[in-house]
Amino acid sequence: MSKRPPDLRRPGVSRRGFLQGSSVVAGSLGLAAGEVRAAAAEPTSDTRNIEIKINGKTRNMSVEPRTTLVEALRDTLGMTGTKIGCNQGQCGACTVLLNGSRVNSCLTLAVMAEGGEVVTVEGLADPSGDLHPMQSAFARNDAFQCGYCTPGQILSAIACIDEGHAGNEAEIREYMSGNLCRCGAYPNIVAAIVQVRDSQQG
Amino acid sequence: MYDFELTRPGTLDEALAALRAEDAQPLSGGQTLIPTLKQRLAMPSVLVSLTGIEELRGITREDGALRIGGGTTHGQIARETADSFPGLSHLAGKIGDPAVRNRGTIGGSLANNDPSACYPAAMMATGGTVITNNREIAADDYFQGMFTTALEEDEIVTGVRIPVPQSSNYQKFEQPASRFPLVGVFVARFDGRVGVGVTGASEGGVFRWREAEEALGSDFTPEALKDMSHPADGMISDLHGTAEYRAHLIAVMTRRAVAAAT
Repeated sequence: MSKRPPDLRRPGVSRRGFLQGSSVVAGSLGLAAGEVRAAAAEPTSDTRNIEIKINGKTRNMSVEPRTTLVEALRDTLGMTGTKIGCNQGQCGACTVLLNGSRVNSCLTLAVMAEGGEVVTVEGLADPSGDLHPMQSAFARNDAFQCGYCTPGQILSAIACIDEGHAGNEAEIREYMSGNLCRCGAYPNIVAAIVQVRDSQQG
Repeated sequence: MYDFELTRPGTLDEALAALRAEDAQPLSGGQTLIPTLKQRLAMPSVLVSLTGIEELRGITREDGALRIGGGTTHGQIARETADSFPGLSHLAGKIGDPAVRNRGTIGGSLANNDPSACYPAAMMATGGTVITNNREIAADDYFQGMFTTALEEDEIVTGVRIPVPQSSNYQKFEQPASRFPLVGVFVARFDGRVGVGVTGASEGGVFRWREAEEALGSDFTPEALKDMSHPADGMISDLHGTAEYRAHLIAVMTRRAVAAAT
């Protein structure tokens, strides 16, 4: 606590001052690159034990209040299928399903998911190893190159169809807009979603 | 993120009690606050999560208006107002992306008052009311500049009341990465009155374009604004666009909104 610079003690005021002083507007106009990772090395307050059902299994873990869901998944549980891209909720690489809805797990505190149900990419294939239809469709359609955004894309794609927002290509693109792909595999991602949608309807 | 404690009260009273702790701050959907914490631009001692408070969620119809709980997500507003208030539904359904809309809340957005947030434009155009734990604040009095509102230290946005217009439309010129509006204009037409709320454009935050409201009040057509332009004084200039560009967009977006709402 004593290491905290005093000018940050009043969040609203200091943020406003920072924003006006630098003409950078957090949120609407993007945040500057920051010391996101540095916090982990500092002495911390109490951890707490929480229980989250992940891919159908109840998992207990000990996390700090500031631990994000994606950090809990990757660092606490070793489930590295969910990726951290921007860590600011803009790229969608960390997309998971929380209680059936897609969320950015980097913008969700793990403690906020307490008692909830999470589905990650590790939970999609059936126990015999057969891939989820969306995973197969991504492979068949070359819907990735480097693959880093793929776990988030696949979770988001499943939700896109479940929500009923896969009516046509334009709608798919709109409702997949939260998942960025730097390789530019978008046409193939859309093709994969169309294929799964059609197979489900058939 | 700096270290903090977190509580998840189940009632508004418990939340208000928790907020009395020094440097306590409410946490709603967290879609702005958590990135802000990651940048170490805020340092609350305690975050008081509002997401467990049932009374803050939901949409009800009351006498020509919608009453929306502060903890209602953008996604829920987009889905549940599609028939009762299509202009608002469209606005909510274009905020951020689906994952953000599943977490972010109207109360959080209004308490934050980002100068490019979408809801404030609708609140100003419709003459909406922000409801807190101890009073009701008219939109004209509530928004007081970038990230500045009439909220007191221990006040929570418990809900809003938004009059439902005869017709309305929201047009935003998106900054393509964040999908925040470079300029967003909400036009609301009531019996005998037209409201025009402009977000994203001004250094003073959201505002009503009163000249346009007057012109549209007697002639609700895009042509009524044909010779009208908004001055560039006081508009935001940044890497996304100059003040002159934003001023130009205000008139363009207003005409488009009127055309779509007619």
